[in-house]
Amino acid sequence: MRYGAFLFFLFSIFSGFAQVPKTIEICPSCKIKTIKDGISNASEFDTLLIKKGIYNEFNILVDKPLTLKGENFPVIDGEERGEILRIVSDNVTIDGLYIINVGTSYTTDYAAIRVVKSENFLIQNVVLERLFFGIYLEKSNNGKVYHNKIIGDAVDEYNSGNGIQLWYSHNVQVDRNIVQGVRDGIYLEFSDNVTINNNVSANNLRYGLHFMFSNDDVYTNNTFENNGAGVAVMFSKRIKMVDNIFRKNWGTAAFGMLLKEINDAEIVGNTFQENTVGISIEGSNRIEYNNNNFISNGWAVKVLGACYANSFVNNNFLYNSFDISYNSKLNDNVFERNYWSDYTGYDLDKDGIGDVPYRPVKLFSYVVNRTPETIVLLRSMFMDIIDFSEKVSPVFTPDNLLDAMPLMKKSE
Amino acid sequence: MLKILKYSFYDLMRSRWNYVYFLFYLALGFVLLFLNNDLSKAVITLMNVIIVLVPLISTIFGVMYFYNSKEFTELLLAQPLKRSSIFLGQYLGVAGSLTMSLVLGLGIPFILYGLFRSDTIWNFSLLLITGAFLTLIFTALAFNISLSNENKIKGFGYAVLLWLFLAVIYDGLFLLSLIIFEEYPLDSFSLAATMFNPIDLSRTLILLKLDISALLGYTGAIFRQFFGTDKGLIVSILMLILWTVLPIGRLTYKAKRKDF
Repeated sequence: MRYGAFLFFLFSIFSGFAQVPKTIEICPSCKIKTIKDGISNASEFDTLLIKKGIYNEFNILVDKPLTLKGENFPVIDGEERGEILRIVSDNVTIDGLYIINVGTSYTTDYAAIRVVKSENFLIQNVVLERLFFGIYLEKSNNGKVYHNKIIGDAVDEYNSGNGIQLWYSHNVQVDRNIVQGVRDGIYLEFSDNVTINNNVSANNLRYGLHFMFSNDDVYTNNTFENNGAGVAVMFSKRIKMVDNIFRKNWGTAAFGMLLKEINDAEIVGNTFQENTVGISIEGSNRIEYNNNNFISNGWAVKVLGACYANSFVNNNFLYNSFDISYNSKLNDNVFERNYWSDYTGYDLDKDGIGDVPYRPVKLFSYVVNRTPETIVLLRSMFMDIIDFSEKVSPVFTPDNLLDAMPLMKKSE
Repeated sequence: MLKILKYSFYDLMRSRWNYVYFLFYLALGFVLLFLNNDLSKAVITLMNVIIVLVPLISTIFGVMYFYNSKEFTELLLAQPLKRSSIFLGQYLGVAGSLTMSLVLGLGIPFILYGLFRSDTIWNFSLLLITGAFLTLIFTALAFNISLSNENKIKGFGYAVLLWLFLAVIYDGLFLLSLIIFEEYPLDSFSLAATMFNPIDLSRTLILLKLDISALLGYTGAIFRQFFGTDKGLIVSILMLILWTVLPIGRLTYKAKRKDF
């Protein structure tokens, strides 16, 4: 019986009973000259090997499980006439393509690669230039966007698109991508359980990372640099942000990270450097900020209101113009064991913890919150004097807003 | 006048205090740059020092010099010399030597640390220009005060009070009025209020040139719109010149009429 099964197996292989995946070559001098032809000639689970060359094609529909593999980065030029690749099948792999000239439209979000209602997709090693939207995942789950390079040339927000956009897409991994020069580098809406690791999102017009209504997502080791407004995180629950770098988001309306209506998040080990505002927090509760570095920001943390039960432990606040800005007299947040470069206290018992509490809210930052025009007195001697007197005996700032155990040395 | 200027200048050049002043800035510049090699950061720190110390030292120095050289002034007055040239010469001698100490004292370390190769050269020259103007303004004010007060103690008192007012109290009143009238649009008011105090004006001018100006937010945008343009720069330099010329005018006017 077992022998018969083996025979049957052999037979089925040689007769093509079980379909054998084959490779179809596409090149300007081959029998099949266009990708569209290749797709229509292919059967399920085939590989299309696209050789080096220029393919002027758009609206390519991938409607069966295929692998589109580019050799030496073949160029797919959409000639600005519309969308380029649309994937509507499960199990599709796109690898090593160079896609340029996506059409711009004010009514349709044309994308270089759009995945619609599909599962188990893999998009890797793709280079996108002169694009409108880059990689657009629409109601597509369980996929991976890996090691792509998206370089836009966006000038205005109203006629530019996002680099990597996830919309109602769950369990997706976005890893090792480089996104620059688009409107929002990485954009998530209604996408849960997404992991975003090791990406670089820089020089984008609006946000490096922008997400709304997306829960249980994890962000690690990403770099967000010099984006128009930094990173915006809104209306989401149980987010984890670990070891990211937010740098040089400098401008009158810029911030490293904006948190709005975020609950139960963990923000650990991130570095916020040279931003106008390191983190701007609004209506966010039960967030744990641990082991972050705030270096040379205008405001390290700006709390705008309705923020309760947050805890700041073991962070380093180094050389910020204002460490914390607070607009109410009520404080329900905990500051403990942080290192503050402005701390001038002493440690007589040598246990590494200062004996005098540190008050991170300066009177000046309180005054500026009340009357923004007073910021013109920044770095005037009068302000230094009243800051000093407020430090000695707080009158205006919340008197329980203090770090009772400030560290004497930077926490590692 | 030139002769008196030269005399005052060399007199001061030989004096110990001028060396101390020069060495102070030299040391300050070197220490700052030694502690952090970043030229633009050093400019910010220097700004803090300059807008406080330069007016104070110019005021004290001006008053001191005037009272100390009173006998020599009286001797000169007995000679067939124009009164305006006597006082102007002395004034320019003091202000000139102070400015030179400032410019050389800060310039040498910065040049040694590669100022010409860095892009902060404009910010740094603006810093020196405002520093020089502050010296001219506050020495002139000091001369005015000491000319109007025979009593040394009174003169010193007024001079320190003047410095205190412009450096600290003015900002306090400014802040108070901003808070009291916070319901009203205050942008043009704060612009005007900044213009009327040379210390505030210098501070704002330098701040807006540095990238720290992004902190100023919306108000900063309005300020930058004004100060950032050539017109704004010209207006503020004119304002500083006016601040210099007016006290000098009063000095010559008073000097001509004073009964010694």
